[in-house]
Amino acid sequence: MITLHDVTKRYPDGTVAVGNLCLEMPSGEITVLLGSSGCGKTTTLRMINRLIEPTSGKIELDGKDVGAVPVHELRRGIGYVIQQSGLFPHRTVAENIGVVPKLLGWDRKRQRARALELIELVGLDQNMADRFPSQLSGGQQQRVGVARALAADPPVLLMDEPFGAVDPVRRGALQHEFKRLQRDLGKTVVFVTHDVDEAVLLGDRIAIMEQGGLVAQFGPPEALLAQPASDFVAEFIGGTRGIKLLSLRPAHAVPYVELGAGGMQGWTVRTDDGGRPAAWVRPGAPDVPVEAVRPDGTLRDLLDSAIASPARAAVRVDEQGVLLGAVPFDTLEDHLPQPARTTAEA
Amino acid sequence: MNWGWLDRNLDTVLEDLSEHIQIALVSLLLGCLIAFPIGLIAYRWRAAYGPLLAITQVLYTVPSLALFVLLINAVGIGQTPVIIGLTIYSLVILVRNLVEGLRAVPPDVIDAATAMGFRQTRRLFAVELPIALPAVVAGLRLACVSNISLVSVGALIGTGGLGQLFIHGFQIDNPIEIWTGIVVTIALALALDLLIVGGGRLLTPWTRAVR
Repeated sequence: MITLHDVTKRYPDGTVAVGNLCLEMPSGEITVLLGSSGCGKTTTLRMINRLIEPTSGKIELDGKDVGAVPVHELRRGIGYVIQQSGLFPHRTVAENIGVVPKLLGWDRKRQRARALELIELVGLDQNMADRFPSQLSGGQQQRVGVARALAADPPVLLMDEPFGAVDPVRRGALQHEFKRLQRDLGKTVVFVTHDVDEAVLLGDRIAIMEQGGLVAQFGPPEALLAQPASDFVAEFIGGTRGIKLLSLRPAHAVPYVELGAGGMQGWTVRTDDGGRPAAWVRPGAPDVPVEAVRPDGTLRDLLDSAIASPARAAVRVDEQGVLLGAVPFDTLEDHLPQPARTTAEA
Repeated sequence: MNWGWLDRNLDTVLEDLSEHIQIALVSLLLGCLIAFPIGLIAYRWRAAYGPLLAITQVLYTVPSLALFVLLINAVGIGQTPVIIGLTIYSLVILVRNLVEGLRAVPPDVIDAATAMGFRQTRRLFAVELPIALPAVVAGLRLACVSNISLVSVGALIGTGGLGQLFIHGFQIDNPIEIWTGIVVTIALALALDLLIVGGGRLLTPWTRAVR
């Protein structure tokens, strides 16, 4: 657990980047620091590994004051991922991943073996091990950045907008893969972003920060979306809270029906040889592409799939993409979240 | 053209060549040894860079012949005044390229290195200097070529080297001697430049990596 006790960062010119911040970030969870630029979220993150020293207050890592350990030793035990990747251009992918193990004195063989293992873990091909960062795409570089942070298996990961510079298509894939990875790794993650959707997708808890490092609300994403604590929070999250809430509900909780020969309103789903849905078809009508939802999808994905369907039904597939069935619109409606009550339960 | 001259004087030419190489390389080496700490000081303490660079630039503007003559007064004749002079001239190139190279290291790379637990000295040698190497190599090439051409000027104050061929050839009106001096000087400059380029390429494979 990372605990911030009354932490303040004041610059010599009097600017208060972070003021009297108290925050508990539980072990094994992703805590998102969400806010617009200049709200002090990055400053907060960088005080944890002492890239910035707080003016006052105390930061504890599992009960131990981070200021009490030699700073380079502290940092070798904390993974760090940043937006611009920060990979060493003069080192190969494997050498980049092996940086912290090397600092810790691992032998070459072990460094290499660990690097290869991590290259696979973050979804890259092992033949990339001996390439230089300049030979990789932005998304691949970020994957290497994550692998590098994980190399010495640190319990804590600090991530500062790690997917912010990746193009939107690949960003989504990276976010989902990171979420899956974290499910297995159970690191204590502090994740800085200004992207509400990213925060909702990844955060076990979200701290919404206002200018000056003030926490406007701290809690699980459902709570922030369903019951924003202030106008600031409501405004920051934006006008589509209801829709965002849908992305917190898993798709597999909604029952599907198998598509019989008659289909739905005359529409059936044509599958390819592997049983994967190819298109919605109806005699006499042009084919319509299928937006299929996998088991790790959300209610929001189902709704999207249903809207894209001429039969107004979402298409469910399994992990391999094989057709399972369809979810009619009215079934979806039954699973929509209830409107938030204005008064708290007694 | 008196081609027989070259045949008879080949030993002299080779002797001048080896002396030329010696003076140029010793100056280059001294230049590096002095530029390295100056460059590091200018890199670490930004305020020092301006004044340090200004000093090297002022020294660079002193005409070479005048500088050599001044140095003879201080250290006597021989190779020494030329070596000192060339060392001084190379500083402006070497210091500037080292500092600019180090400053061009991307801030996110330095940030990441620090965050991973590099201490300052190790970060300098393992991260910042290797990344600055292409700029340093570019500086070395310039300084090397500049040294080779300036060694010839040293012949005017009686130092050895290929410059003697121009002066003597001019005095006795012997074009083949002058041309030999010019051609060998150019060949030497090209050869040493190639050596530095080759060495630089070996040390920086990452600069040529293509997708």
